[in-house]
Amino acid sequence: MSWKIKALKKSVWVFHVNTGACNNCDIEIVNLLTPKFDVERFGIKLVGSPRHADALLVTGVGTRQAAIRLREVYRQTPKPCVVFCMGACAGGTGIFEGGYHVAGPVDEIIKEVDPNAIIAYVPGCPPKPEAMISGVVKALAAI
Amino acid sequence: MSDPDILFWIIVIPGTVVLGLVASWIVRKVSALVQWRVGPPFFQPIYDVAKLMGKEILIPQQAQRAVFVSAPLVGLAGVLLLSIMLWRITISQVTFLGDIIVAIYLMVLPSLALILGSSASASPHASVGTAREMKLVMGYELSLVLAIIVVIVKTAGLVGPGEQLSLAAIAQHSPVFSISGFLAFLVALLCIQAKLGFVPFDIAEAETELGSGVLMEYSGALLAIWKLMQAVMLVVLPLFLAMVFLGGFGAEFWAGLARPLRGLPVGVIVLLIFVVASLLARFSKYIDILALLALIAVCLLAGLGKYVLILVLIILIKNTNPRVRIDQAMKFFWVYCGLTLAIAIILALMGNTYGINWL
Repeated sequence: MSWKIKALKKSVWVFHVNTGACNNCDIEIVNLLTPKFDVERFGIKLVGSPRHADALLVTGVGTRQAAIRLREVYRQTPKPCVVFCMGACAGGTGIFEGGYHVAGPVDEIIKEVDPNAIIAYVPGCPPKPEAMISGVVKALAAI
Repeated sequence: MSDPDILFWIIVIPGTVVLGLVASWIVRKVSALVQWRVGPPFFQPIYDVAKLMGKEILIPQQAQRAVFVSAPLVGLAGVLLLSIMLWRITISQVTFLGDIIVAIYLMVLPSLALILGSSASASPHASVGTAREMKLVMGYELSLVLAIIVVIVKTAGLVGPGEQLSLAAIAQHSPVFSISGFLAFLVALLCIQAKLGFVPFDIAEAETELGSGVLMEYSGALLAIWKLMQAVMLVVLPLFLAMVFLGGFGAEFWAGLARPLRGLPVGVIVLLIFVVASLLARFSKYIDILALLALIAVCLLAGLGKYVLILVLIILIKNTNPRVRIDQAMKFFWVYCGLTLAIAIILALMGNTYGINWL
C-alpha cells in the first residue's frame, strides 16, 4: 500500500456539502466533532474549503440546483478523495423519490463527473453518529 | 569549521521543523484536553503533512501561477532563516550589529507571503481574507515594534556601549520584571497571537468557518508548506519572545546541557526521554497524555520553561476567547495596545533617566 494511501487513512479532512437536506444529517455530522464523539482523535478535521478536503460528506437528495454545484465541488477536491453519501436521501432519493426538484441520487451525479469515484453510503434518517464513524472506518479500511 | 559547528548546521533546519510539528501537536492536544476531549495522537501533524504531500495540487485557472506557487516557499524560507539566526544567537552567542532589526524584518515575511499568496488566488473569498489580513498586519506590527523598543530602552543602560541593538546582549536581561517591561510583554504576547493566526485574531485563515479564508485555493504540497510554516512559527515566535523579554537561554544553559551525567551529556538524556515518550505515545490514549506530561516535564528540567510558559499562555488564550471582528482587532491594537505601550515607553524612559529599575 503506497505511503499516500497510508497517510490518507490516518488523516482525513472532511468537507460538508449539503445538496438539499433537511439539516438533520448536518446536525449529526457536526455532532461528531463534539467531545462526546470527538473524531479529532482519528485525525478527522472539518475544513472550510473543498480544496483542503479528502472526504466529501454529502447530505441531502441531489436537487437540480445543487447537482451542478456538487459536480464542481467534486472536481475541486484533490484526488485521491472519498465521497460519503450520508443518510437515506443522499444514498438513494429517500422519501423524495419522484419529486420535481430531484435530479437524481448523489452517486449518479458524482459518477457523471468521474465514473471511478470512490463512494461510500451511510444509511439512516439521520444516521447515528456511531454509524457515521463506523462507515468512515469501513470505507477507509477498504481503500 | 569545528565539529560542533558542523553538527549545528546539519540539524538546525530539520530540528526546527520537527520541533515545530511537536509544538503544533502540543497545541492541538492541550486544546483538546481543555475541551474535555481526547485529541489527536502524537504523530498526527506528520500524518497531515505526509497526506498533503500525496494529494494533487490544483491551481485555479485565473490565478497568478508564479506568485501562487512561490508565496508559501518564501514564507517558509523566511521563518527558517529566522530560526537559524535565533538558534545561532542563543547557542553560540554569535551575533552581528542590528540583528534585532533583521529579526523584526524576517518576522514580517510569513504574513507578507500569506497576503501575496492569497491575493494571487483568483477567488473572492480569498481576496476578502487578504484585505482582512492586511488590516490585521497593519494593526499589530506597530505594537510589536513599539514593545521591542520598550525593551531596548530598558536594557540600554545595562548592556555595553554599541550593543543596544544586539539580541545576544538583550537576551541576557529580563525586562519583564519591571512595570513597563511587563506591559510590553503582555502586548507582545497578543501581537504574537495575531501573527500566529490563533484565536482571538485568526481573522484571516480560520474564517473559512464563516465562509472565507486566505488559504482557500491551496491544496496538496503547497498547503503542506503553509502548514509547515505555521508549525515553525510556533517554535520561532515564542523563542523570540523568551529571548527579548524573559532572559533567553544563555551560554550557561547550553554548557549545562553538554555537562555529562553518568557518562552521557544531559542534552542526550533529555533527547532519549523525548524519543521514548513519543514512541510510547503510539500505544494508548492514556500513554499519550503521559507522553505530553513527560514532554513538558522534560522541557522544564532542561530549562526550556520559558518557552513552555509562553506556549501554554498562547494555548490558554486561544481556548478561552471567541474570534473578534477585524474592526474590533484594529481598535484593540491601535487604541488599547498603543496607549499601553505609550505609557510603557514613558515609564521606561523615566526609569532610565532617574535610575529606577522597577519602572
